[in-house]
Amino acid sequence: MSLGTFLIMRHELLLIAAALLVLIAEIFWNEDKRRYISLFSVILFGIITIAGFLPSTAGTLFGGMYVTSATTVLMKNILNIGALLVFIQSVPWLKKKENSEKTSEYFLLLLSTLAGMNYMISAGHFLMFYIGIELATIPIAALAAFDSYKNKSAEAGIKLILSSALSSGILLYGLSMIYGTTGTLYFKEVAELFGNTSLQILGFIFFFAGMAFKISIVPFHLWTADVYEGSPVSVTSYLSVISKGAAVFILIILLFTVFPAIISTWQKTIYVTSVLTMTIGNLFAIRQQNIKRFLAFSSISQAGYILLGFIGGNQLGMASVIYYLLVYIFSNLGAFGVVIAISNATGKENIDDYNGLYHTNPSLSLIMTLALFSLAGIPPVAGFFGKFFLFTAAAEKGYYLLVLIAVLNTIISLYYYLLVVKAMFINKGETPVEKFKSDFFTKLALAICVAGIVVTGFASIIFEAIKNLSFGV
Amino acid sequence: MINFNYTIWIPLLPFLMFLFLGLAGHKYFPKLSGILGTCGLGIITLLSYITAYKYFFLSEKIDGAYQKITAVNTVWLQLTDKLHIDMGILLDPISVMMLVVITTVSLMVHIYSLGYMKGEKGFERFFAFLSLFSFSMLGLVLATNIFQMYIFWELVGVSSFLLIGFYYQKPSAVRASKKAFIVTRFADLGFLIGILILSFNTGTFDFITLTDPSGTAIAQGGGIAFLGLSVMTWSMIFVFMGGIGKSAMFPFHIWLPDAMEGPTPVSALIHAATMVVAGVYLVARMFPIYSLSAPVALEVVGYVGAFSSLFAAVIACTQTDIKRVLAYSTMSQIGYMMLALGVSGYGGHEGLGYMASMFHLFTHAMFKALLFLGAGSIIHAVHTNHMTEMGGLRKYLPITHLTFLIACLTIAGIPPLSGFFSKDEILAAAFHSNKLLFAVEYVVAGLTAFYMFRLYFSIFWGKETHYHHTPHEAPATMTIPLIILAIGSVFSGFIPFNELVTSDGKGFETELELIVAIPSVLIGLFGIVIAFIMYKKESAIPDKMAATFKYSYKWAFNKFYMDEVYLFVTKKIIFRYISQPVAWFDRHIVDATMNGIASVTQSVSLRIRGFQSGQLQKYGFVFISGAILLAILFIYLWK
Repeated sequence: MSLGTFLIMRHELLLIAAALLVLIAEIFWNEDKRRYISLFSVILFGIITIAGFLPSTAGTLFGGMYVTSATTVLMKNILNIGALLVFIQSVPWLKKKENSEKTSEYFLLLLSTLAGMNYMISAGHFLMFYIGIELATIPIAALAAFDSYKNKSAEAGIKLILSSALSSGILLYGLSMIYGTTGTLYFKEVAELFGNTSLQILGFIFFFAGMAFKISIVPFHLWTADVYEGSPVSVTSYLSVISKGAAVFILIILLFTVFPAIISTWQKTIYVTSVLTMTIGNLFAIRQQNIKRFLAFSSISQAGYILLGFIGGNQLGMASVIYYLLVYIFSNLGAFGVVIAISNATGKENIDDYNGLYHTNPSLSLIMTLALFSLAGIPPVAGFFGKFFLFTAAAEKGYYLLVLIAVLNTIISLYYYLLVVKAMFINKGETPVEKFKSDFFTKLALAICVAGIVVTGFASIIFEAIKNLSFGV
Repeated sequence: MINFNYTIWIPLLPFLMFLFLGLAGHKYFPKLSGILGTCGLGIITLLSYITAYKYFFLSEKIDGAYQKITAVNTVWLQLTDKLHIDMGILLDPISVMMLVVITTVSLMVHIYSLGYMKGEKGFERFFAFLSLFSFSMLGLVLATNIFQMYIFWELVGVSSFLLIGFYYQKPSAVRASKKAFIVTRFADLGFLIGILILSFNTGTFDFITLTDPSGTAIAQGGGIAFLGLSVMTWSMIFVFMGGIGKSAMFPFHIWLPDAMEGPTPVSALIHAATMVVAGVYLVARMFPIYSLSAPVALEVVGYVGAFSSLFAAVIACTQTDIKRVLAYSTMSQIGYMMLALGVSGYGGHEGLGYMASMFHLFTHAMFKALLFLGAGSIIHAVHTNHMTEMGGLRKYLPITHLTFLIACLTIAGIPPLSGFFSKDEILAAAFHSNKLLFAVEYVVAGLTAFYMFRLYFSIFWGKETHYHHTPHEAPATMTIPLIILAIGSVFSGFIPFNELVTSDGKGFETELELIVAIPSVLIGLFGIVIAFIMYKKESAIPDKMAATFKYSYKWAFNKFYMDEVYLFVTKKIIFRYISQPVAWFDRHIVDATMNGIASVTQSVSLRIRGFQSGQLQKYGFVFISGAILLAILFIYLWK
């Protein structure tokens, strides 16, 4: 094996190198230079993101432990784009006095979680997969507790680490049953040996529960709202978009490649949980006062829609899931970008605080509206096409009732998304958010999100490209 | 094979211009935006001319016929394997001709607006909207399929709406823009229904497949019948409904006169030369289907055109607002074009009407844009729209006067100006196929000459009016477009349309038919002479005439009370007997159901709040029991 073959692991290697560089910069740079660490990290990561799009070859490493293909590269690139947006969005927040000391920590932790996610997506063996998942989770707990002087942030960190320990336990338990019945942990071999015995189904359900925890699928979602509310907004946006996206990607790969033998079982599982997730997520979202909790529940219900793409078990389904996540990244990060900007400027995080926002900050309100419309799936923005393809994928396989439930749920979701729009445009605020000017990084991130929401919807090329690349796992 | 790939920039560039001016213009280039927009359009005009040259003179003909070339095409939305919506660029004689018309007039209007709109609030907004309009209109004419055309059709409607309501602080402008949008939108509903029937029947949106004379789409058209007409006929009648709305044909013409509230350059561009002829273009685009598969629908086109033409000409004789006179004249001239299509056959000399219609579209665009821009120059000088408040302006506005006179002579059909040739072809086509429509057109020709010269004499001759300040000629940015368009109006009649733009792409011979031409010139001169007698000098004849024909005059002056008829139908009939019951049903049945669902949702959401207690041990409990319940469900119950 020559050194060159390592290059197919390009994404992960670059991330690790970047993490090391940030660390070195932190150690060797003096006080003056350290101010540029955020800029340095953003530029570094920007280069990595672009490098990810260079042509790549499919292949395996370490005797099949690590697998890469056009589809996994596409997924990693999509995650990179989202993570880059989070990086850019968090720069102004890191400039604050209480955070400036910890800037390099923040990037270091984010880069390691991202590396973990990439390994998870490229895993060809359950052990590799498990290492990836832990590498992706544990640093996030540290990030959730980033504002450690705030009780809520500390609480978020503790809650995240305890609940993920529980979910990891269940997941491992499930994996042990899979290993016990098949005698191997390689994905390929498991796929061949997997039967339909009760023990194997039990193992699958436990494995699924562990993954469902990461995606916040009901009933494994309860940690979500508390952690989202307590964490700093940038971390919340990372959790709700990148973390969730990575888990969705790996779950769809595993379902399609490792568990095709029990497709009827997992289709039923997806059916039940997606109905629960959409409905419960929506019902909770209606009642939220805090904008972060609100977006937490909205992201739970979004996960429910995403599951609709799984159920077909075909290429169209996979393409629609990947496309939807791309759209979701732009839409949700657009909404979070506005929340971050307002939170940075005023510290306000309640929906009531947004009353009359349009009169003081019209452009922020318009971006928020666009993002929420996209999340709600109102044509002609990208979210509409995303939902359209997801629903098509499910309807094509004859799941009409499920699609009907999903459509009803989108109507409910429209109600609460519009509540926020109403607050901004119609309600009169007694103490509205004052007019403020956003800095360059906030504007840049928001501009990319807006462009993404508009362009991914209209340029059919993007969906076609995703469709062609899908199903190469 | 000539490469036409670059044509993608023709619609794309105005769009980029719109984004650029719309987003950045206000902040960074409030003064420069006019120049920028004009330069952008200049480039596109150049590209269009190059395209026209390459298409008409260099591209390969097969069997002596110009081919339809798909320059660019991408699948935009794949609905099913067979049914997809494409976006692309189709080049054929009519689309290339329209490219030339649109870009020429648009460029003239851009240059003119530099002077006319100078110092207006929202100068950059105006140019951004103009770019949006150019983009939509070019996308419309270049569409490869009927759905793309529909999308751009609506975009054109939106930009027209934005430009009519440009002075959004003026209530009458806002009313007019709403009226235009709603009326055309209503008509477009018919268009959409037509598209759906057509594509359902033929399984395609694509123009080339649809209009292939030997293709399946046309062959199967006779199919199933409803009320004695074939499905194809019905779909084409519905499609034409969209054309009636956009082209302001009777009975959907009511928006056009009000649309004159917009800035005058807009009236010249959108409501005279380009957008309003979209209906004619639509029929021409679908012409093989109309002619070969749905002749009844084509007859409808002809009669609607003839009636609108006469109807509008009568009203135009009584109006005093100069822009409204021009608006009715536009409607009347478009009626001509529709009529020409209606009497045309397909292929060779049979397709004389088709060629004449396109010819007239071309020449009309030139002279009507000239008339509107001239009117703008007059309004610019005297600050009123009413010809009763004008008179004797020839001394103050020499260039405007001369160009306006040329335009009036052109529209009256005096040889050798372009209007004479195109109108003559229409009359000849009608003469050979339908004598009734031919007679109608003779009357309209006389009326046209009369009302145009009534306008001309009252503005430039007649009594000396005392003006607040001495009117002065417009700046060069405004007079140069006038001169260029005047040259176009004079000479465009010599373009050999019979060689270039024909129904089947093949050229054919035409000759001047004196039996048609001489009476038409005479009747035009007759109209001019009457106008001369009545309006050259201040005279009592017009008032006496009005008094003699009191009732008919009043009817015509009030536009045959069409607006009132609409108000009666909508307010007294539709609102009272349809809308109110529907509203009751909506409020007491639909809303109540929805409210019921909403309150159930609310109360459920209140009940389940307890799950989210914040206690981690409870979360863990739910997690584990969830996993176990799922396991039990799938292992024992639902296997």
